[in-house]
Amino acid sequence: MQTPTLFALLLLLVLVAYGTGFSRALAAARSRGGMRNLSSLPSYYGLHTALWCGLPALLLLGAWLAFDDAIIRALVMNGIADKPDTIAGQNLLYAQIQNLAAGHLFGDASPQVQAAAERLSSLQSGSRNLQAALSLILASGLGAFAALRFSPELRAREKVEKVLRGVLITCACAAIFTTVGILLSVLFESLRFFQSVPVTEFLFGLHWSPQMALRADQVGSSGAFGAVPLFTGTLMVSAIAMFVAVPVGLMSAIYLAEYASKRVRAIAKPIIEILAGVPTVVYGFFAALTVAPFIRDLANSVGLQASSESALAAGLVMGIMIIPFISSLSDDVINAVPQSLRDGSLGLGSTRSETVRKVVIPAALPGIVGGVLLAVSRAIGETMIVVMAAGLAANLTANPLESVTTVTVQIVTLLVGDQEFDSPKTLAAFALGLMLFVSTLVLNFIALHVVKKYREQYD
Amino acid sequence: MTDSTQTNLTQQQVRERIEQRLASRHRKEKLFRGLGIASIAFGVLAVVVLFTDIIGKGSGAFVQSAIELRVHYDQQVLGIDEVDDESLAWANFTGVIRESLRERFPEVSGRGEKRELYSLVSTGAPFTLRDRLRANPELLGKTETLWLAADDDVDTFVKSLSDTEEGFRGRTSEQKAGWIQQLLGSGEMKKRFNSTFFTNGDSREPEQAGIRAALMGSLFTLLVTLALSFPIGVAAAIYLEEYAPKNRWTDLIEVNINNLAAVPSIVFGLLGLAIFINFFELPRSAPLVGGLVLTLMTLPTIIISSRAALKAVPPSIREAAMGMGASRMQVVFHHVLPLAMPGMLTGAIIGMAQALGETAPLLMIGMVAFIVDVPGGVTDPATVLPVQIFLWADSPERAFVERTSAAIMVLLSFLIVMNTSAVLLRKKLERRW
Repeated sequence: MQTPTLFALLLLLVLVAYGTGFSRALAAARSRGGMRNLSSLPSYYGLHTALWCGLPALLLLGAWLAFDDAIIRALVMNGIADKPDTIAGQNLLYAQIQNLAAGHLFGDASPQVQAAAERLSSLQSGSRNLQAALSLILASGLGAFAALRFSPELRAREKVEKVLRGVLITCACAAIFTTVGILLSVLFESLRFFQSVPVTEFLFGLHWSPQMALRADQVGSSGAFGAVPLFTGTLMVSAIAMFVAVPVGLMSAIYLAEYASKRVRAIAKPIIEILAGVPTVVYGFFAALTVAPFIRDLANSVGLQASSESALAAGLVMGIMIIPFISSLSDDVINAVPQSLRDGSLGLGSTRSETVRKVVIPAALPGIVGGVLLAVSRAIGETMIVVMAAGLAANLTANPLESVTTVTVQIVTLLVGDQEFDSPKTLAAFALGLMLFVSTLVLNFIALHVVKKYREQYD
Repeated sequence: MTDSTQTNLTQQQVRERIEQRLASRHRKEKLFRGLGIASIAFGVLAVVVLFTDIIGKGSGAFVQSAIELRVHYDQQVLGIDEVDDESLAWANFTGVIRESLRERFPEVSGRGEKRELYSLVSTGAPFTLRDRLRANPELLGKTETLWLAADDDVDTFVKSLSDTEEGFRGRTSEQKAGWIQQLLGSGEMKKRFNSTFFTNGDSREPEQAGIRAALMGSLFTLLVTLALSFPIGVAAAIYLEEYAPKNRWTDLIEVNINNLAAVPSIVFGLLGLAIFINFFELPRSAPLVGGLVLTLMTLPTIIISSRAALKAVPPSIREAAMGMGASRMQVVFHHVLPLAMPGMLTGAIIGMAQALGETAPLLMIGMVAFIVDVPGGVTDPATVLPVQIFLWADSPERAFVERTSAAIMVLLSFLIVMNTSAVLLRKKLERRW
């Protein structure tokens, strides 16, 4: 039975269960002389039966769908006498078996593979039938059980609410699951990477060239995994971005909060915030096709050498992207500074700019620093702009007119296309991902902490 | 010392000093203010430059040069006697087009020149003829006048003519440019609305490439994202706001959510690759996986805005409902949730807008493949609009720059519609207590 049909049937069963519970409750109410003699409202009895019917079956089905492929694969591969030793070889063999079983492959398959393919398709159909039968039996059986157990004294509402509460808690834990998932996925692959490349070489090596030799005697593709050029590239692009974004963002926030009339604020603030809603791929296109050629021509006209993909172009555009981020965060903290501080300063005869520089900014500083730290973590993790405008060459350089590469660019180039999960080249992307995750996590943690501490002061 | 020198100053001198100092302070004030205005101007300028650049580059893609040709559906040239699926599949429509091009320019001779001539028309034109003949089988053996899409080099040349006298010739030879001028002069070549751009999938030929497949891919991906992230996000917000006791576990969840909101999106792509594709063996390039990854990415946004919406409902509502004997669950689901819904919907729309513009994590899970077919479901291989933009931005043909910008315009207009509707929804439904 196909999975969608199965789901439809289950849904039908659940509806029937709801109807049964509901009507039994109504009948009981009628015979007892009114709704008030029931422990709960009829709809709760309906829900109670429906939950008994649907929830266990759905959980079973979900687990089945998640794990059946892996189990079937293990069963099929165990049945094969002489397996290839490498993981890649086994993957290839299994793909061949799958294609044969699905009827995509004709011609000369060895009898062993043919037998395995037959076994695979029989296991697959068996698994589908068993899954359908089990879940339908479970649903109807438990539904009938709940319907039979019905009594007007049953505290249906409380039971239903308990289940709902469990569902709410599970959803709230989704964030934890996600973090754990990220950590596990990045950590395991990174550990495998560090088995073939030492941590010290990765962290302190000056040469990055992830091409691995396909043959043992191949020249020129040694596979060097020294990530320092990537770190410096990332830092340079982020520094250029912050150099643009911090002064512009902060000054516009100050102007909007302290000087601008209501009308100017109502027009200028949304316009600047448009920049925050533009997708990064659009910025990347803008950086690569408009800003980078402009900078190259400008540099060439004053006699400087500039490559067509430069750190400056990427950093500049990334800075523009971050302006609204800094300005709206600073705007919030500046507005949170109590008016009495400003009044005090103005009353002592200082000008407005003196008030801003000597009173408002120092009072808002922790919040602003927090916002800037969040912006830095965003700049480090930004991908599309640098992929499209910064280049791929891992140069260890301090010249912003040369092309540099960043951590995120390398993750993308290593993982787009075909991957082998037993080569350090692919696994290196996960090690870089781990670095990225850890560094942004630390930055975020400090930033959130600073912001939170500051907020408590004036609340 | 200083005190004595100061007291020695006359009143006049003191006044002069103060005035000097005041003048410099006022200058600084003006400078500071000017810096503020300059910053705002820089931000606004960035918006204006970005939008005019994109619109200037992209508006051309909504029209497409077409050539008017008298096409004779000759059975002999086509090599078929009747119209059915089988014969249409191998009928020589290219020959028919070449025939009519030779008819239009009888003076052309020689192999090289002829090849030049044939390259006036898009390589997709034979399919246009095939579809036409399939729809109207009675045309076989007859002649009709038809507008056929021009090749992308021709199109680029024609469009550049309006900018400069010479035009951008690129790969177009002088002779070909002459033919084009001749066709333009006689009105046999015109720029027409480019419907291909909205009805086709991706293609290596710019004049054949469209955004329909990417749009459908985005739609399916967003549907999966919305179906998962909205209920989960709202449920999580309800638990954290209405039920959760203040303890370490709740604190941990809160810190986690705030941190996840700031984790780079590409890391979610790594998660999707390692867990959904390698561990659970879900299909690559599928909107299902893309939707799952974007769900995890937008969840913090939706949870945070839903919590804010719940927080805005005054406690008196809850107390009144409790007083009437409602259970806690009933208070939340019958009273608080309906009142908080507008705020939650606004948050959901903003989260969806974020998901619609996201590219990096989808590159990790294989949605970057070259896919021509329009996806029909959540497990078909697909690409999404931002990734399509990324792919086209990498293509060398000049005509793709135009199409990339046009695709960006489509993407931006979707985002503008979504964000504006979020703002309007908030304004219309928001209640101040």
